[in-house]
Amino acid sequence: MSKLVTGVIQPHRLDDVKSALEAAGVRGMTVSEASGYGRQKGHTEVYRGAEYTVDLVPKVRVEVLVADEDAAAVVDVVVGAAQTGKIGDGKVWVVHVEDVARVRTGEHGDSAL
Amino acid sequence: MLDTGVTAWMLVSASLVLLMTPGLAFFYGGMVRGKSVLNMMMMSFGAIAVVGVIYVLWGWSMSYGSSVGGIFGNPFDQFGLGGSFDPVTVLNEDTGAFMPTIVDVGFQATFAIITVALVSGAIADRVKFGSWMVFAAVWVTLSYFPLAHMVWGGGLLSDEGPFVFGDAAPIDFAGGTVVHINAGVAALVLALVVGKRKGFGTEPMRPHNLPFVMLGAALLWFGWFGFNGGSAYGADEAAGLAWVNTTTATAAAILGWLLTEKIRDGHATSLGAASGVVAGLVAITPAAGDVSPLGAIVVGAVAGALSALAVGLKYRFGYDDSLDVVGVHLVAGLWGTVALGFLATETGLFYGGGLAQLGVQVVIALVAIAFSAVVTLVVALAVKATLGWRVTEESEVGGIDLAVHGETAYETIAQGSVIKEVRA
Repeated sequence: MSKLVTGVIQPHRLDDVKSALEAAGVRGMTVSEASGYGRQKGHTEVYRGAEYTVDLVPKVRVEVLVADEDAAAVVDVVVGAAQTGKIGDGKVWVVHVEDVARVRTGEHGDSAL
Repeated sequence: MLDTGVTAWMLVSASLVLLMTPGLAFFYGGMVRGKSVLNMMMMSFGAIAVVGVIYVLWGWSMSYGSSVGGIFGNPFDQFGLGGSFDPVTVLNEDTGAFMPTIVDVGFQATFAIITVALVSGAIADRVKFGSWMVFAAVWVTLSYFPLAHMVWGGGLLSDEGPFVFGDAAPIDFAGGTVVHINAGVAALVLALVVGKRKGFGTEPMRPHNLPFVMLGAALLWFGWFGFNGGSAYGADEAAGLAWVNTTTATAAAILGWLLTEKIRDGHATSLGAASGVVAGLVAITPAAGDVSPLGAIVVGAVAGALSALAVGLKYRFGYDDSLDVVGVHLVAGLWGTVALGFLATETGLFYGGGLAQLGVQVVIALVAIAFSAVVTLVVALAVKATLGWRVTEESEVGGIDLAVHGETAYETIAQGSVIKEVRA
């Protein structure tokens, strides 16, 4: 059985998170650009005197598929590497994955990880 | 004898000025939302297409043909560059040095093109392309060519007209009245006739690509060396002065704009720098040949600060001059034209010339405003009554690029596409 660890983090923390995950033995991940807000509630931009509140700010979503027993450790790695201590650092969560298949070979389950 | 130096410089200048309009397309295109960037750029390219043809048909003749009451040139006099078209333009009566008039036709055509394109910024995102093309043809004919005739063709607002007080004759070196006040007034009238974009003032309309805006400002600046430098009609000290004044004023205007917004809004922005570039270029346009480089600093710095403050007026008064043609071109154009009354080195108030030049400059600015306002109002209302201005609300909200041009500027991964038919 496996779990999906998803982290939504500050874009500028991506390189550190990636290195930390590699160092922890994670062999693959999916990274996508995302936008959103939490308590940080965006920022203000001014264009020719017109002020805009930009509430959806750029984030990066990192997704890692891991075996059940590794999930907690991977969460800690992501949190440790992404943390700056300021509002807007993001969230990391874990969900149960019903099945995983490797496209190249058709393998299922843990051997597809 | 043919002055090859001047002829070569005028050919270069004409090419530089033509480049300004694609530059303007980037300047304006970056400022609109991503769903309407192509339409914005197409209005500039459309102006090139329409005016580029019209200019050789009756544009030149209406600007420089035999005068009809000092208001416009007879369009049939040199229609199609025939009739009484004189292929030789004498530059110096004493030496007999001349340049081919056809070079001047090219140079002047590019001015007419950019003036029309400037107006389009007031009506971004919402007008029918066909209506714009028709407006461009009629407006350049009824507003631009007559003003060019009045100011540069020996008409009402030239030194051969009635507004010469003592030593003070009207000064408009490269187009403060003809180009910028004219375009700025037309922009204001059009914004009022066409109406606001849906969601103006309530929905966010952020510039979608600021690097485009800065690229466009850079191209405009480069092209402006032809605009002002070429307006010296010589490869000489006057052209050099125009070049230096153009750069000095523009640099000062960047500082003026950035300081103003830094104090008011807290940041010196890239959009502010790009806008300051244009405000400075506009303001120095009428003055490039008649102020000192020190005067150019004043012209530019004040223009940058004034325009930075003026772009907010549309929100206060509730007109949607989308890309601030009024705040930049009308305001800086007026300032540059009037500033000559103070700073013209021959006749200005600060150089002991008294108030005459100031009076002349105010008068020609007011005449240009009144003329452009009346003509634009008539043309804009005529287009509204016949073709109509606005695209449907659905097209405007969904994006005018797709609705009007059948294209979208940016491919996103989720769009996908398959070939449906190839017409060959």
